Amino acid sequence: MLDEDGTVVGEVPDIDDETLVEMYRYMRLARHFDTRAVSLQRQGRMGTYPPLSGQEGAQIGSAIALDEQDWMVPSYREHGASLLRGLPLKQTLLYWMGHEKGNEMPEGVNLFPPAVPIASQIPHATGAAWAKKLRGEDDTAVICYFGDGATSEGDFHEGLNFAGVFDTPNVFFCNNNQWAISVPRERQTAAETLAQKATAYGIDGVQVDGMDPLAVYSVTKAALDKAKNPGEGEGRPTLIEAVQYRFGAHTTADDPTVYRDDDEVEEWKAKDPIPRLESFLRETGRIDDEAVEAIEEDVKQRVADAIEAAESDPRPDPSEMFDYAYAERTPEIQAQYEEFEALREKFGDEGFLRE
Amino acid sequence: MSSQNLTIVQAVRDGLYTEMNLDDEVLVMGEDVGKNGGVFRATEGLWDEFGDDRVIDTPLAESGIVGTAVGMAAMGLKPVPEIQFSGFMYPGFDQIVSHMSRFRNRTRGRYTLPMVLRAPYGGGIRAPESHSESKEMFYAHEAGLKVVIPSTPYDTKGLLISAIRDPDPVIFMEPKLIYRAFRGEVPEDDYTVPIGEAAVRREGTDVSVFTFGAMTRPTLEAVENLEEEGIDAEVVDIRTISPLDRETIVESFKKTGRAVVVHEAPKNGGLGAEITATIQEEALLYQEAPVKRVAGYDVPYPLYALEDYYLPSVARVEEGIREAVNF
Repeated sequence: MLDEDGTVVGEVPDIDDETLVEMYRYMRLARHFDTRAVSLQRQGRMGTYPPLSGQEGAQIGSAIALDEQDWMVPSYREHGASLLRGLPLKQTLLYWMGHEKGNEMPEGVNLFPPAVPIASQIPHATGAAWAKKLRGEDDTAVICYFGDGATSEGDFHEGLNFAGVFDTPNVFFCNNNQWAISVPRERQTAAETLAQKATAYGIDGVQVDGMDPLAVYSVTKAALDKAKNPGEGEGRPTLIEAVQYRFGAHTTADDPTVYRDDDEVEEWKAKDPIPRLESFLRETGRIDDEAVEAIEEDVKQRVADAIEAAESDPRPDPSEMFDYAYAERTPEIQAQYEEFEALREKFGDEGFLRE
Repeated sequence: MSSQNLTIVQAVRDGLYTEMNLDDEVLVMGEDVGKNGGVFRATEGLWDEFGDDRVIDTPLAESGIVGTAVGMAAMGLKPVPEIQFSGFMYPGFDQIVSHMSRFRNRTRGRYTLPMVLRAPYGGGIRAPESHSESKEMFYAHEAGLKVVIPSTPYDTKGLLISAIRDPDPVIFMEPKLIYRAFRGEVPEDDYTVPIGEAAVRREGTDVSVFTFGAMTRPTLEAVENLEEEGIDAEVVDIRTISPLDRETIVESFKKTGRAVVVHEAPKNGGLGAEITATIQEEALLYQEAPVKRVAGYDVPYPLYALEDYYLPSVARVEEGIREAVNF
């Protein structure tokens, strides 16, 4: 819908001005958060972190299409989409800082915790949507995010197959960012597109420019609507392949220059979703310099506040380790807890902490 | 024989390189093992050296990696698949326990699987969720598999070559905490360290401390510290989790009459339980104290802010040894 310069080339979806500007704000927020998170990792203030830069159009364009009651099942890179769903940035930071608390979803936030093993969350999304259907909650759909690499895993096949068989209200959103660490999309499948895999499950598949947030919004909205109110003869589930690129590394632990060309990166950077949306919003008079500046300030402040909040959060109490394996500590866990506390009493934290 | 001063991860790479040069049937496969040289650089340079048919970047699919390696091995190749982190072995678990471990038995020896499944395992590197567990006992519990965990660069290369030459499937778990922690002399040529033999790392008379992998380091440090308290401990590096070298374990225990087992895996059903049972079965009358297990707790491995509290520390190992000695 927007070309690389942000010029309208298709039918602009029916979104109010305020939402369009929010879309832009969240994309800027996600980008700035990402830049800061990578730098926190570099400074040793955070552990390994998976960057999302380049993928804001897909994350925000899709997540903003969700209704209040819908659910989101993310992989581990959906910091932007999760934020929009209601997960505070502070929690995303805490998670990557190694605090379990990062996974404690606030009440009313319809979001699963990030799934690290590739594709393992896809059947959960099918199950969650199935539960909504079985309970007659027909106004609710479940969106699930995963990458191009995930489409090679068995869980992708099983999750989508169940969705087809049981006609569950799902949107399977594949962030095809071209690279599974160092392995290119061509090495994942001999199929021409990932979207066409839907055909084998008897569900709809659609490919969209994942760096055009308006196009992403349109296909996601249509898929969510169909999941809830399928037309005569239509199935509920949809597989969306959002074609995009990760500008940075898979995580801060790898160096993409080892496995991909600078030229390729530059080519994709020309499609950056943020300036595209910004041009469109400026051209159509929805934002001006002043508004952009205000958004920049707001974004910086929110990220700075989140970092401050995460870093000043008290270190988790080590005894927490024993509290959540079961509803109640088993006798053996209780005994191990007591032994642990006795050792801490005797040696202090120095008895455990390595340099 | 000339030698090099290598880290453990370099010794893995050197073992693969050495054996691939000697045997055209050996190939490496997995996620990011090719051009990228492996996420820990365990296959660095192998793709340039041996090409796309022997150093294979696969689709992201662990069941596919293990399952196709089974098929290749049944045809006589010697695949060495890598699973990027042991926490990602589970999609391939069905292939491991239903097929990799059983082909020989099911076919009365007609088909065998000379394959080695490598994976870095264990905690302590501030890694994300699902990257730090120590689940060697899943595989030790499965008949038909051998399970090897080296703790020195020399053993790493020698055991890896043994594993590749072994006619049976081997799970080769690499302690990533000490991948680069220190260097050791590693011969440039090929050599083997036998599978199924533990190594006495330090001789002592008061207590036997059994450990393996990354836990050998805090254990040896603890034992050195305890010298000042007049405790003379023996340290046995198990090296092969299955088949277990019961002879060395029992021999050491008969000498000391006291035992401590140190591992980062959870206590419940860990190797400590198997070692304790072995001692009870074969050396009961030598026993002077309960066997002490210093292990991971029976709770999910915590995210890294708390991992130091979960893993056996030097102080915990020292205290465990004192308990066994002072009983």
